[in-house]
Amino acid sequence: MPRFFLALAALVLAAAVHAADAPLTAAEPELEKQMLRISAELRCLVCQNQTIADSNADLAVDLRKQVRDMLRQGQSEQQIIDYMTARYGDFVLYRPPVKSSTFLLWFGPMVLMVAGLATLVLVLRRRSRLGAEHFDPEEPEDTDAAQRSADPAR
Amino acid sequence: MKRWQFLAPLALFAVLLAFLGVGLGLNPREVPSPLIGKPAPAFELARLDDPAVKISHADLQGKVWILNVWASWCAACREEHPLLVEFSKRSTVPLYGLNYKDKRDDGLAWLKRFGNPYTASLHDFEGRVGIDFGVYGVPETFVIDKQGVVRFKQIGPVTPEVLRDRIEPLLKQLNA
Repeated sequence: MPRFFLALAALVLAAAVHAADAPLTAAEPELEKQMLRISAELRCLVCQNQTIADSNADLAVDLRKQVRDMLRQGQSEQQIIDYMTARYGDFVLYRPPVKSSTFLLWFGPMVLMVAGLATLVLVLRRRSRLGAEHFDPEEPEDTDAAQRSADPAR
Repeated sequence: MKRWQFLAPLALFAVLLAFLGVGLGLNPREVPSPLIGKPAPAFELARLDDPAVKISHADLQGKVWILNVWASWCAACREEHPLLVEFSKRSTVPLYGLNYKDKRDDGLAWLKRFGNPYTASLHDFEGRVGIDFGVYGVPETFVIDKQGVVRFKQIGPVTPEVLRDRIEPLLKQLNA
């Protein structure tokens, strides 16, 4: 048991040491926070399902640096987003703008849902108008017979 | 009416299938460049083989030229390289290299080993010009016209087909 605690202590210590290894970015905490917020809106082009804030790809590191530099120059969030869009296109935005080429992307799911609901309502209304003779009465299932035919060895 | 009802789900399914089919054929890595039809970004960089000499976009104004982004650490660049070497031998169109995020010595050694098709290579150690050109996957190739407008962009290695069917006809048309 003491061994276990020793191992645990070593593990905790290792984690602490590792944490101290992380690069210090706290020199300008406000700037860093702003940089991360903007980076979280931008897609990393190399690893497309990650944001620039999440990714450690070379390009993401460079772009974070670019965002930081632009903030330092006093540029606004919108200016930075525009800068990135001018170079990498709308694709770089995690929240694509609503425009004619993205209508399907934004409203497609809603259209599908409305169509589905409309179909459901139509079908249900038609069924409710049908007489009872259109539906099969529930037959008690002959489970024994089914089992026998499924397992002829018995 | 009955017949139509039976066909409706089938038709819907066909539409869905068509969408999925098209989606499968698309390459998600190929992001359309917003730069096409726009002026190429301004730059001024030192030559890879001579840090004292700088080349800027103004030097290339009035010429149709090709910019090929490469790096010694980029495996796919090696794949397209023989094609560029061969192309440079039979073409008079200036082919500039953008040596992207590379050490000068590594870049020069790479050219020595695999051949140098470039009129000149620009050394973009920081990758800033790369960002301006929207580079995200080396190699990338741009065709820029006499007015300095980007007319074509290839992401990933240039293949013989792309060179023959897209780039060369475009160069001919721009130089006409």
